[in-house]
Amino acid sequence: MSAHLSYGRVNLNILREAARKDLREFLDKCAGSKAIVWDEYLTGPFGLIAQYSLLKEHEVEKMFTLKGGRLPTADVKNIIFFVRPKLELMDIIAENVISADKMHSPRDFHILFVPRRSMLCEQRLKEQGVLGSFINIDEYILDLIPYDSDLLSMESEGAFRECYLESDQTSLYHTAKGLMTLQALYGTIPQIFGKGECARHVANMMLRMKREFAGSQTQILPVFDSLLLLDRNIDLLTPLATQLTYEGLIDEVYGITNGYVKLPPEKFAAQKKQGEAGKDLPTEPKKMQLNSAEELYAEIRDKNFNGVGAALSKKAKIISAAFEERHNAKTVGEIKQFVSQLPHMQAARSSLANHTSIAELIKDITTSEAFFDNLTVEQEFMTGVDTDKVGDTRSYLHYIKLGHNIDSSCVFAHVIPQVNAYIEDCIAQRDPLIKILRLVSMQSVCNNGLKQKVFDYYRREILQTYGYEHMLTLNNLEKTGLLKPQTSTRNNYPTIRKTLKLWMEDANEQNPNDISYVYSGYAPLSIRLAQVLARPGWRSIEEVLKMLPGPHFEERQQLPAGLHKKRQQGENRTTLVFFLGGVTYAEIAALRFLSQMEDGGTEYIIATTKLINGTSWIKSLMDRPEAQTL
Amino acid sequence: MSLMIRGKPDDDEYWNSSKFKAFTFDDEDDDFTRLKESKRAVNSILVEDEDEEDEVEKVNWSGEPVGSISWSVKETASNIRSTGEVRDLSFPKIDTAPSLPKNSSGYSLSSLFKGKAKTGSLQSFSESFSEQSLRNYAPELRKPKSEYKDYISDWTPEETVKRMQQGKAYSLEKFHFLQDKLLLLDEAVNAHDGNVITAVLIFLKKSLSKEILFRELIAREIALRHYIHYLKEMGEHKHLVELFKSLGRTEDMALMQYRDHLNIKDENRRRDFLKNCLSLPFSQEDATHVLDHYTLLERQIIIEANDKHVESSSQADIFKKYPRKASILNMPIITTLYYSCFYHYGESEGTYSSPANIRKTFRISDKQFLLTCLGARAKLKAWFDVDALFTTKNWLGYTKKRSPIGFHRIVDILHKNNAPVQVLQEYVNLVEDTEQKISLAQKYKCHDVIINTYRDLKDRQLLIGYREKVERSSPEYRKIEELLCNSQIRWKN
Repeated sequence: MSAHLSYGRVNLNILREAARKDLREFLDKCAGSKAIVWDEYLTGPFGLIAQYSLLKEHEVEKMFTLKGGRLPTADVKNIIFFVRPKLELMDIIAENVISADKMHSPRDFHILFVPRRSMLCEQRLKEQGVLGSFINIDEYILDLIPYDSDLLSMESEGAFRECYLESDQTSLYHTAKGLMTLQALYGTIPQIFGKGECARHVANMMLRMKREFAGSQTQILPVFDSLLLLDRNIDLLTPLATQLTYEGLIDEVYGITNGYVKLPPEKFAAQKKQGEAGKDLPTEPKKMQLNSAEELYAEIRDKNFNGVGAALSKKAKIISAAFEERHNAKTVGEIKQFVSQLPHMQAARSSLANHTSIAELIKDITTSEAFFDNLTVEQEFMTGVDTDKVGDTRSYLHYIKLGHNIDSSCVFAHVIPQVNAYIEDCIAQRDPLIKILRLVSMQSVCNNGLKQKVFDYYRREILQTYGYEHMLTLNNLEKTGLLKPQTSTRNNYPTIRKTLKLWMEDANEQNPNDISYVYSGYAPLSIRLAQVLARPGWRSIEEVLKMLPGPHFEERQQLPAGLHKKRQQGENRTTLVFFLGGVTYAEIAALRFLSQMEDGGTEYIIATTKLINGTSWIKSLMDRPEAQTL
Repeated sequence: MSLMIRGKPDDDEYWNSSKFKAFTFDDEDDDFTRLKESKRAVNSILVEDEDEEDEVEKVNWSGEPVGSISWSVKETASNIRSTGEVRDLSFPKIDTAPSLPKNSSGYSLSSLFKGKAKTGSLQSFSESFSEQSLRNYAPELRKPKSEYKDYISDWTPEETVKRMQQGKAYSLEKFHFLQDKLLLLDEAVNAHDGNVITAVLIFLKKSLSKEILFRELIAREIALRHYIHYLKEMGEHKHLVELFKSLGRTEDMALMQYRDHLNIKDENRRRDFLKNCLSLPFSQEDATHVLDHYTLLERQIIIEANDKHVESSSQADIFKKYPRKASILNMPIITTLYYSCFYHYGESEGTYSSPANIRKTFRISDKQFLLTCLGARAKLKAWFDVDALFTTKNWLGYTKKRSPIGFHRIVDILHKNNAPVQVLQEYVNLVEDTEQKISLAQKYKCHDVIINTYRDLKDRQLLIGYREKVERSSPEYRKIEELLCNSQIRWKN
């Protein structure tokens, strides 16, 4: 289950093992048989750490999801609540405990807060009169969860909203704590770079925490050479764009949660065995785990989707050939050898079947007209072409051309410079609101805001079509800088685009030579910053850095004597890049691409508060997300 | 593996049959056929042996790996459900549940930080835990009381904050003076631990007057934001409104109050609530929208009551023919307009439910109005109404078709609503761009349009080509034949 974590440049399994050890210790604290009541949100992240078998070994006999009313009956000595520190969950726990008290069998109650205890929550339990019922109130510090061999995530959905909308820095505190844990296991990171307000805060906290623990220096040879902290709000553009890598598209279309994706079952039905053919087609979505433990997936996930078909067919050829080998196996020894490889081959075959089906599902989408139109508009914004064009000019020009005697006001009323005709059409067709918000935000970000008239126009159209209550969401987008009216200051985006080469005209999707392949032309700004930092250094782009929000900085942490790493000739540096407020799969793919470059010189490990895409990101900023079904 | 042991009698067939052939691929193929082929290849090597899952991770059909936590939760839970009362299997949406029991004001959080010596009835924070739970994270608390007290009073703000972070016992009571309290707050902010900052803020809220607290918070942006967040979380809106007022952040305050309407289910109460919102200090733009929101709901309530009555007493055919699927309450304005165009078309501008009145009241753009109207009338197949939407008369009395939206879009919308070819081709004809016109006509099989266009272009070749595409002896076939025989036309090719 976790072997793939050990294969990377940094053995992240150490972190996972540490987390498992803590879990075991807590469970042993509650002696006797136990039942766990889960805050359902936590089962996903915990799944990345442990399996049921581990819990079972420590006498966990039953597991339930947390819900109001009475607890289900379970003949156990201990009831343990695994919960996030949320007030509303405390009320449910209180309800559970109060109703349980009425029954005869006496049981011990415990709470495990993930990732931190909260005084507010404990106070709420006290008000409900149940605080005294708990034998253990503890916290399980699950800050950074190993997600893959080069990827750590805090799986904190609300981090961007908290940091940039509500200015609640709790998640930054957890980030700093997580980084301290990481340093305890992998040694002090000698260099810290950062860009952005939140990055600065995290670095400050780390340095402060290090001073506080000055006595307990870890005597571990540093694994990481440097840490790069990046605020999400220095690059608001990238997550808005549609990701075009395989993994990115799976996430865009179906959404990957805690490393799992749910897919429509129809395409997978054919693979069921003969005996079950009589059964009806499955209606439940097929759930699949996606990570580098699957050899084929590791190979294709970061490819541009246009290169996936070829890779799959190549793989099919190899597997077919391998199965053909059986005809050549003549001697017992050869047959034995072939048979010994069968399990591996069969796993490869079923993996290939799955990904061929997924690729087909995605191909249906990417070849649709709607997808193409959307992508075209996105690229217009990103390249800076045509964004000043006039709305629905076609019908207007026809009137002019033919010299119709027309009431000009009725035509000109619809022609507002910079209103994008495609966005307008999408609103008229009532496409999903999130799609509209993504596009409008993108237009705003690429133009350093929208002209007041355009801004007002979009606002009115959106509110009229989707409901006035979305005023709240629009205000949130404004506060985070995603959507704003133009002020007199000049638009910096073209300068940034040119200096950092954010748009590459001839992106090679099949055999990429630049990170821009992940968005078929657009090179993510965040990753360019990482790339330039590695070589030739940020000093070369001071000008651009000043145009992006927040300070940029460099800090050094003293290493204990004797722990200075002596790098071998040609040995790569290892950099941990931490995205505060989320990172997309396409950005991860771009960093992996840089890691694999032959003369790159740097290998990257990626950490983030949450894996995001444009949709999940905008959703987290909406004040009434359930209304988006419109 | 077990595969090795389990020899099957038909193994020979497997080893030698030609059924299992390797696939050859044409390298020039495009991606799509490649995908198809790899799929076929994959299927062809699906061997029918039952053991295939032995080596693969066990997965139940929904794909949940057997043994994972989320799987086990479902498993163990389902065993129990059958005995107890039947419950909804799905988990209640905790995060979105709107009506959480919010704390009313005057809650006792303060007792958290009150020292024991002061008020006998109030417990100190540390005592609120049972002895047993204490032992787990604050063993030093079991020291003799006297020693304990001395110990506490020595703590600096920095030490106190650190103890709070570490979950150890602490007391904030000793911070008597404003200066000390503010030092404590600054220290908490420096630590960036939201938990600690909030705890200190609660202490300050209890021990300082509002005026002083607000004044000090203005100078401390981070603490201020935490305070706002805390008040929101606790549902202390009155206090929050006062805070926003003193900060001069009136728009935030207005929006926050407006937000509460989402929690009101009853439409009449919601309407009244929105009415009260009208006086709030919104930005100019937002004020208009809130007024519209209120007006809209007010109208919807009237229309809903009226239509419900008309529908149940079967007074109007339209409701019988097309029963209403849902109430119009709380729908967006464009949806309301659609509804109005559907059920109340042709009503005079004087009635609230008429499209004209809605258009005017809510300043709907010509484009939006046309699109919405078109959608509704086309759905009802009221082609005459559709026609009227585009017809204008000039001063000579000639009629002309005109649209603020390209006619190509009109055609798409009509087609989506299953308009007959006769209707469609009329609008296809209005598309100015010849190429676009032809492609639309081809897409929607408007033969006449294509034939006439080719005739006008005097393009015999294209016409001949098109003859091949239509059915022999169909009217359009005959029409092409006639044209081709017509000696009056001077073909260009």
